Amino acid sequence: MRDFWQPHRIGLIALALGLCVWAALTMRWDWIPRYAGLGLEGLWRTLWLLGLSLVIGFAMALPLGLAQAAGPVWLAAPARWFCTVIRGTPLLLQIWLIYFGLGSLFPQFPAIRQSELWPYLRQAWPYALLALSLSYAGYEGEVMRGAFKSVPHGQLEAARAFGLGRFAVFRRIWLPQALARALPTLGGETVLQLKATPLVATITVIEIYSVASRVRQDTFIIYEPLLLLALVYMAIAGAIALGFRWLERRFTPGLG
Amino acid sequence: MLDWLYSLWPGLETSVTLLSLEPPGWGGNLLRGAMNSLIIALGAFALGCLIGIGGALGKLGGGPVTRDLLAVYTTVVRAVPELILILILYYAGTDLLNQALRAFGYRPVEISGLAAGIGVLGVVQGAYATEVLRGAIQSVPRGQLEAARAYGMTRFQTFRRVTAPAMLPLALPGLSNLWLIATKDTALLAIVGFSELTLETRQAAGSTRAYFTFFLAAGALYLIMTLVSGRIFGWIEARFRRGQAGARA
Repeated sequence: MRDFWQPHRIGLIALALGLCVWAALTMRWDWIPRYAGLGLEGLWRTLWLLGLSLVIGFAMALPLGLAQAAGPVWLAAPARWFCTVIRGTPLLLQIWLIYFGLGSLFPQFPAIRQSELWPYLRQAWPYALLALSLSYAGYEGEVMRGAFKSVPHGQLEAARAFGLGRFAVFRRIWLPQALARALPTLGGETVLQLKATPLVATITVIEIYSVASRVRQDTFIIYEPLLLLALVYMAIAGAIALGFRWLERRFTPGLG
Repeated sequence: MLDWLYSLWPGLETSVTLLSLEPPGWGGNLLRGAMNSLIIALGAFALGCLIGIGGALGKLGGGPVTRDLLAVYTTVVRAVPELILILILYYAGTDLLNQALRAFGYRPVEISGLAAGIGVLGVVQGAYATEVLRGAIQSVPRGQLEAARAYGMTRFQTFRRVTAPAMLPLALPGLSNLWLIATKDTALLAIVGFSELTLETRQAAGSTRAYFTFFLAAGALYLIMTLVSGRIFGWIEARFRRGQAGARA
């Protein structure tokens, strides 16, 4: 910690603090109380969209990675194609394809219009969640393919020799080791996923980014909402990085 | 010629008419948009590499203040969504430029979407390129640099003759990843209203209501771009790795 407090750094920090004070005093922040409620709602929506898409996406990424690493060719080829297509096209295009495409297709079927799901399918967030999850699954499927492949084959054979069943080998040896190896990459990818969430604002999901755009449109204040928004995203990204560092320290000791 | 296909798949004929290059179809617009995307991606990637070289050299050999400022730059850019950076840099960049112009007695100008797109995406790419190139430069063995020094080469000569060729094979996988990100990030400029592939697609889809046709066609165009450039990068990598058998990143 002592290395951190070098003279020039104290100067830089003082400069940064000065900038913050200057910004607080001279820029316009009077809009904050009016939009605080909306902002918190937006923040909450960003966070659960991120969290759910991570869980769903990762649940899909595991079979995708496994199919590519060890599956038969009729499973591996489609999985590889899925990952290539997702990674080769912009997320914004995928979101619009799913929202406008499926959104214009569904109402044509009376069966869907009368189903229990229709109240949800009329909203935008299911499409956003689907697009974000598919995207995360595509990128992480590729990561998990590498991770599954990097576990030494001898370990799996040893586990088999101990009489573990195929599923037990997967659950107790293969998956934990692959996860431990993938953790640093997954941390970076999760921050990328966070940075992808504001794209869903383009399909009318009101998350934190679209609240900021609304402040800009209502009040013609340009920089202040954007700067505050950048701070919010930096805080979330920092929390994600810290979380993954904790996970790494907890789950990767003794990995060569 | 295609009649048997049309009879098999009735929707195909409308899709083909919609995608045709002549005005009733929107294919020309899509291709123009794809061209714009490609130009922006190339410009942003080139700018990003330049910033990256400067940033990497600054991080490795600069003074303490330069190093800290560069650390702030790469950290902030990598933590804040590109969309927000594009908006901030777009507004702030136009503002600053016009203020500077006014201070020197010129009239304010409207920055073209192309220049703004290249500039903004270049700054974003630069942060990632800094990290990629820093890692690659760091893995050039010190002895080679010392040998170059001992031969009496200046710092610039050392960089051009030793560091750059030795680090390139190590940097190429990272750079090719960055290029893919650049092609896909151009889609974000659709949100600031620049008519690249994604925005052209949305306009075509919106006015014909043939969403699947156009979004799938645009997806195919992006996919062609990424697959072809993947091939090209693979070929470049193979070329630069020649004579480096076993020396893998």
